[in-house]
Amino acid sequence: MEKLIHLTLRVWRQPGPDRPGRFHDYPSGPVATSLSLLELLDLVNERLTLNGEEPIAFDHDCREGICGACGAMVDGLAHGPKSETTLCQLHLRDLADGGLVVIEPFRALAFPLIKDLVVDRSALDRIMAAGGYVSVDTGGAPEANVIPIPQSDADQALAAASCIGCGACVASCPHASAMLFVGGKVSQLACLPQGQPERARRVLAMVSAADREGFGACGNHRECEAACPKRLSLRHLARMNREYLSAR
Amino acid sequence: MTIPNAGIPNAPLPEIWARFQETSPLLSPANRAKRTILVVGTGLAGSAAAATLAEQGYRVKVFCLQDSPRRAHSIAAQGGINAAKNYKHDGDSIFRLFHDTIKGGDFRAREANVYRLAQLSNAIIDHCVAQGIPFTREYGGYLANRSFGGAQVSRTFYAQGQTGQQLLLGAYGALLRQAAGGRLSLHPRTEMLDLVVVDNRVRGLVVRHLLSGQVEAHAGDAVVLATGGYANLYCLSTNARSGNVTALWRAYRRGAWFANPCFVQIHPTCLPAQGGQQSKLTLMSESLRNDGRVWVPKAAGDRRRAAAIPEDERDYFLEERYPAFGNLVPRDVASRQIKERCDLGLGIDGGRAVYLDLADAIRAQGLPAIRRKYGNLLDMYQRLTGDDPAHEPMRIYPAAHYSMGGLWVDYSLMSNLSGLFVLGEANFSDHGANRLGASALMQGLADGYFILPNTLGPYLAKAGPNPIDARHDSFRSSREEVEARLGRLLKIKGSRTAADLHRELGLLLWDHCGIVRSEAGLRAALAKLPRLREEFWGNLMVPGAGADLNQSLELAGRVADFLECGELVVQDALHRRESCGCHLREESRTEDHEPRRRDEEYAYVAAWEYRGQGQAPGLHREPLAFTLVAPGQRSYR
Ligand SMILES: Cc1cc2nc3c(=O)[nH]c(=O)nc-3n(C[C@H](O)[C@H](O)[C@H](O)COP(=O)(O)OP(=O)(O)OC[C@H]3O[C@@H](n4cnc5c(N)ncnc54)[C@H](O)[C@@H]3O)c2cc1C
Ligand code: FES
Repeated sequence: MEKLIHLTLRVWRQPGPDRPGRFHDYPSGPVATSLSLLELLDLVNERLTLNGEEPIAFDHDCREGICGACGAMVDGLAHGPKSETTLCQLHLRDLADGGLVVIEPFRALAFPLIKDLVVDRSALDRIMAAGGYVSVDTGGAPEANVIPIPQSDADQALAAASCIGCGACVASCPHASAMLFVGGKVSQLACLPQGQPERARRVLAMVSAADREGFGACGNHRECEAACPKRLSLRHLARMNREYLSAR
Repeated sequence: MTIPNAGIPNAPLPEIWARFQETSPLLSPANRAKRTILVVGTGLAGSAAAATLAEQGYRVKVFCLQDSPRRAHSIAAQGGINAAKNYKHDGDSIFRLFHDTIKGGDFRAREANVYRLAQLSNAIIDHCVAQGIPFTREYGGYLANRSFGGAQVSRTFYAQGQTGQQLLLGAYGALLRQAAGGRLSLHPRTEMLDLVVVDNRVRGLVVRHLLSGQVEAHAGDAVVLATGGYANLYCLSTNARSGNVTALWRAYRRGAWFANPCFVQIHPTCLPAQGGQQSKLTLMSESLRNDGRVWVPKAAGDRRRAAAIPEDERDYFLEERYPAFGNLVPRDVASRQIKERCDLGLGIDGGRAVYLDLADAIRAQGLPAIRRKYGNLLDMYQRLTGDDPAHEPMRIYPAAHYSMGGLWVDYSLMSNLSGLFVLGEANFSDHGANRLGASALMQGLADGYFILPNTLGPYLAKAGPNPIDARHDSFRSSREEVEARLGRLLKIKGSRTAADLHRELGLLLWDHCGIVRSEAGLRAALAKLPRLREEFWGNLMVPGAGADLNQSLELAGRVADFLECGELVVQDALHRRESCGCHLREESRTEDHEPRRRDEEYAYVAAWEYRGQGQAPGLHREPLAFTLVAPGQRSYR
């Protein structure tokens, strides 16, 4: 038999950026612990819909922890209490029976609210557009194995590149800093020979883009690392700081 | 009916692509800057195409559903990407990759396209490495390869279990670089809802901005659809939730042919559905079948825990039936066998699941060795199910995964409508009736980085600029139609949600038009579908309004298109009275009950043409010829 639990979801409802918002309680009724929290939101939404009420808006897509679309504060923690887990992977078995679950949007100056749990994270795209790539046109690339890359460098680059762009780091940081996000990309490309030609320009451009977007400076609280569903290490942020200092 | 003309230059297979490029007219850089290309979709195919076209000097507008182009479904691909580098010196070659892809597609793909794909595969890897994509490497620093999906050579490149993510982030970087350069504009959270066609040439699009609800028209010299696959037709699938057929379906309704719609791959190793509220079926990489053994209890109704069931009371049905391949039989064979066991009531706890058991491999190789190979998969399984596969066998069941069918395209990836190009999973071109592992990423990137950028110029050089702009009447009437349809969806105010109706559609298709198909079942589905559509349009409930973010309205529009598309899929399946690729047709079996392909009658691409609401669609047959590989019946016994 499937295990059933009861929860009360306390969800932030806000019809639009310029309208006031407030918490609203939704009793779950008996639900299987095998459901994910987002599947419970689906269920609540179906009930709301049948009552002719507007369902809770939230972003999601892959539902398997890789697209970075989902994200909300659950009981004050980005993506909820389970470590290395995105919101879509948080299951009801990870929550206490009978409990109250408070769900609010990611909050940061640079993430303006759109509706309910949906926020605008396009600032992250603009940071990337400032330099988060190697400037190579299609065609004319040399044979792939011409430049061997030490395995440990490639592994470090991949670890840095695992960021899913969800914004949990920003939402958990008391300064709403995006430096772990920036650090991931800077660090990835700094580890690889292909990233060298633009190395200095990249870090300067990306850091100043983050400033322009209204993200705060890093205060070494390390909340970002704890909240990151991919466990991006603070080492990448440290490497970015070194890159930044030597580029200036 | 016309015979579709793929426009393949006359030359020996290995020279066709070069011949095409050498004999096609060029468009000068100055002229490119005057042409606007509308690209829908930012997966591997769309991002690669949009970035490359902007590099070439075109003006490009890019549309996608998600808040960021980086979130397209390609991000979720795990396993890897094929290329014929032969780094392992194990006998691989362009010919062999071509051969395997044609054979894997069960001789229902177009030879010239597949050969070109194999030829371009190596340049993809070169380019992606140059972009700084951190592929997994050997100790010596050279690129690592693995064998995938039963291939006899190691030709799959990968970035641990995140290959799609890394490839997509590379293409996304290229896209943003062009956006920063000003030649390309991004339109995220925007849904294409209609295609504007005047005089058989595509003139532009009508889109809805998902936050403001604003319906807008965009004119262009060409439209590129790279909108991914439609496996979400079955409701539960391995695809991301936003996966849809809307862009393709709207194009179909405007005259683009839909080719082989019934070819949808069912992947054997997915997490089974638990209860009616589940939102998706997560894929477990099939690499697990290298070490995992698939079994069910021999006795129906055996409810003991796996560990309590002795060896001789277990049915290792794949090993039993296919001793040569065992657990490594192709996806379709495994899917079918699993479903058959469960239909007989032999599934675990009588339900729809079988075991994929690593216990023997752990005993033989030790847990650390198994964790080294599959660690992230085992963690994922545990996170999703709460069970630890090191102690408890995993439970799996097949799920809809990939659509080989899609809009018909010619050799230049243009549909029968002038100026409409279709890339990636959205077209039908390279995988025939079944797709090999690690070849979708290859195809999406070949289409986007290398093929379209070489075929678009020649088309535009011949066709000239599109003089019709978005103020033209056809744009206004199309916008009005889109708005009227959205209004209709909002007005019904019935008593069923779009999600609920989608589930019903999915189950109906899964039962009658899934892994195993029969004349009777398909006819039953055809009888039920119109009623379900009526129920939808008579009893749907979409709350809210159309003037802001309304996710229920988005879903309702997509389900409405799935309902129509489902009917075409069933019609296509009904007309193809052969077992082929990933589908078994009951009436077409060999003596020992294996699938039987019928080349005499069905060696063609079925390209369907819309003939109006309530009218039977027209069928164009593109004959398939095989000059380098002789079609043989597949046999795994
Ligand atoms: C779980 C999983 C694992 C996989 N693993 C592998 C693998 O290891 N190797 C492999 O080769 N293949 C794999 N595949 C298949 C492969 O990932 C896909 O076929 C491929 O990524 C599709 O890419 P695409 O560019 O065609 O479309 P997608 O990446 O699906 O992108 C579609 C784009 O179109 C946009 N879009 C859709 N409709 C509209 C609309 N109406 N209006 C505006 N925009 C729209 C979306 O927003 C998105 O940007 C896997 C698939 C799945 C589901
Ligand atoms: S929905 Fe994709 S990461 Fe959660």
